[in-house]
Amino acid sequence: MSVILEVDGVTKRFGGLVAVNKVDFTVEEGSILGLIGPNGAGKSTLFNLIGGAYRPDEGRIRLDGKDITGWPPHRVAREGIGRTFQTTALFQELPVYLNLAIGYRMKTRSHILDVIFRTPRARREQKEITQRVMEVLAFTGLAEYFDRLAGSIPQEAQKRLAIGIALMGRPRLLLLDEPTGGVGPEETGRIIDLIRKVREAGITVCVIEHKMKMVMGLVDRLVVLNFGVKIAEGPPQEVCSDPAVIEAYLGECIA
Amino acid sequence: MSFFVNQVIIGIQLGSQYMMMALGLTLIFGILDISHFAHGHIYMVGAYLLYIFSVLLGINYWLALPLCMAALALAGVLVERLVYRPLRGTPSINTFIAAIGLLLAIETLVRGIKKDAVRVPVPVDRSVSVLGMSLEVQRIIVILGALVILLLLQWFIQRTRLGIAIEAMAQDREGASLVGINVNRISALTFAIASALAGVAAVLMAPLGSITPEMGNLLILKAFVIVVIGGLGSIKGAIAGGYILGIIEALGVAYISSTYKDVFAFALLIIILAVKPTGLFGERTAS
Amino acid sequence: MKGKLNLNFLFALALLATAAVLPLFLQRTSGGKYNMIVLTYAMIWAVAASSLNLVLGYTGQACLAHGAFVGIGAYSIAIMVERVGINYWLALPLTCLLTAFVGFLIGLPSFRTRGPYFAIVTLCFNVIVYATFENWTWLSGGYAGQPITLPAALSGRLARYYFVLAFLVITLLVVRQIVKSIVGASFLSILSNEGLSEAVGISAFRYKLLSFTVSCFFAGLAGALFATASGRVDSSITSYLHSFYVLIYVLIGGVATLAGPVLGAVGLYFLLDRIKGLGEFRYVGFGVLLILIIVFFPRGLVGGLNQLRDWARERRSARSPGEEVAG
Repeated sequence: MSVILEVDGVTKRFGGLVAVNKVDFTVEEGSILGLIGPNGAGKSTLFNLIGGAYRPDEGRIRLDGKDITGWPPHRVAREGIGRTFQTTALFQELPVYLNLAIGYRMKTRSHILDVIFRTPRARREQKEITQRVMEVLAFTGLAEYFDRLAGSIPQEAQKRLAIGIALMGRPRLLLLDEPTGGVGPEETGRIIDLIRKVREAGITVCVIEHKMKMVMGLVDRLVVLNFGVKIAEGPPQEVCSDPAVIEAYLGECIA
Repeated sequence: MSFFVNQVIIGIQLGSQYMMMALGLTLIFGILDISHFAHGHIYMVGAYLLYIFSVLLGINYWLALPLCMAALALAGVLVERLVYRPLRGTPSINTFIAAIGLLLAIETLVRGIKKDAVRVPVPVDRSVSVLGMSLEVQRIIVILGALVILLLLQWFIQRTRLGIAIEAMAQDREGASLVGINVNRISALTFAIASALAGVAAVLMAPLGSITPEMGNLLILKAFVIVVIGGLGSIKGAIAGGYILGIIEALGVAYISSTYKDVFAFALLIIILAVKPTGLFGERTAS
Repeated sequence: MKGKLNLNFLFALALLATAAVLPLFLQRTSGGKYNMIVLTYAMIWAVAASSLNLVLGYTGQACLAHGAFVGIGAYSIAIMVERVGINYWLALPLTCLLTAFVGFLIGLPSFRTRGPYFAIVTLCFNVIVYATFENWTWLSGGYAGQPITLPAALSGRLARYYFVLAFLVITLLVVRQIVKSIVGASFLSILSNEGLSEAVGISAFRYKLLSFTVSCFFAGLAGALFATASGRVDSSITSYLHSFYVLIYVLIGGVATLAGPVLGAVGLYFLLDRIKGLGEFRYVGFGVLLILIIVFFPRGLVGGLNQLRDWARERRSARSPGEEVAG
């Protein structure tokens, strides 16, 4: 297996605070990597650095060997990294199908004159969009909500929609920021199944999680952050018995 | 040389006025994230109030000053309460639109009542000689008045509890509400202070020119330019930016062209936005 | 879905038919002729309002300079035809392109950063444009303004009415094509959640600039039509007050709807003409109305009706059994 994402000595400071401190790790293609750590450990900041929302102060980020350090988010997305946000970002006021369609924009080339004059390209791509929306609706199990406003569907469905939007552009790597946050235990299972399906479809996944139990059964490797520093890395079982991790988590890991 | 010095003094006087307006705007923006486009119209109302008090009612100019400040502070509180508070938490585009509605209502109301320009007599109708050039005393009053206001504001923000709360909120809005600062009270107070500042600027400046319903338009534009130049929400930036623009303008009028003095500000705005969008003193970007 | 679409279509068709037939009746009386002129101007402002809607309603960027862009459009066609000697029919598209280009130049620095910069810059721009046209009499023609000679085909009042109507329909068709497409969806995504649209590969800067440039293209068209309808342009057309009025038309009619700006512009322009006797005080009511609308009905008239329909639909589907299990 080859390395798809390489995070190399990445540091981010906010004023005097070092949110992420010389973090290194790599993600194997086709695997699921878990990113854990207490609140404020710098997990989301790390995602924002990979996704381009922040620019690292030091270090490089490479996707498939290509240096994408400091690229703006829309270029990173086009390069093949899809992501969700901790706060479940959606286009709240728009219907579910349109939420998904917007996610496919990066794969279409119709420009404004194409759509005004309905050129063959615009029509062809419109069909393509519809087809892809149908696929992702089915994949994420959201078909029943397709014309509901995104903000009005149940919380758990919103979480799946956020993943669906990120999947629309056929990313190679998907960054999920607490995909099961604020969701009950039963619905958590559905989201985990969806993440497994994503991996089966050949997409590499990085997931930030708080719920240790969920992470243990899902991921291939774990990276543990504490105060912006990577304190452990490896297969989940191994990482869990690491004294530094136990200390950071106050033993929660073992239970 | 003396001509140059004289122009710089006029620039400082212009800058004093700009600074007082920009300070109000930047306080409102920094603390409440509101782009208060109607602030220039509050200033215009202040000038008309001075006209009412001192010309129509015959009240002494120096007594009219606190009266105008108080009346405008009250108006500011009302504006916050009736127009902006209901929009808190909605997209910022809504507050722009509300501000436009407000300024349109104020401007057309005033114009509907009194279309023609009015004037207020200068309280100290004398000139002094500075380096061989004569200078109206009122201009010096503006400069000194602005300095007094600046010191008072400084004292208020650093020494009083409310002032410290305002400063805290300007720096970190969410944090401030977490530590139990009453956001509603701070909002009202901010508008009161900013509007009173506009009142001072209006009362000090009004005798130097004519009072018209449109007088606030260019001023608000320049005040916004200053706020952007200085960095949105930055008090230091507003002060420095105010004086800088005033001096640039006075020198521009003297050495380049007086017809297009108002275009300098706009050119400066475009350049600053293109080169350093967060402003000279701005650290955080608005989001 | 199907029924709703047809209903909208029928409604639009009925409106168009009314607009097309109306002059035949209005032609007969002198009062009617006057009203036809008022309607012509109202439709011009409907073009301007529809163009503002694109950037304000769909992309969520508060442009406070549409008065200036309409003014630039009006002056540029008049100057091109009268002083440069360009043929009217060539000057018309050139005017739209020129106005779009000016918009592009203004958008370039002001969209670079998020925040209120765009609103501030456009408001400043409008005040500056107004001041320039007021003072620079060589450009604006001063008090007398800049006249424009129209082609013979447009010399009649009736011809101008249909001319403007045709361009209003074209504008609406184009706006419709845009907003129903993936490009329009991208505009909406920026209004809805800029961070997320960036994360799915949409450059907010690019799309804001695009939406604004297209919007200015049609504002330029509105300006050209204005010059055509009035035969003479003076600096008052560039006033920021017009920017505010157009804003009000869009807001009251309903942002992000096709019909809203048109109904808002035509309805309010007509109403304003009716209550001319009130003078300046008319606009006091306007200002207050704008505040009330934005506080209580931010989606305007048409948007409010749509909201009601969506709400009814949501309620219906909320009662369906599938939802109860999940919710």
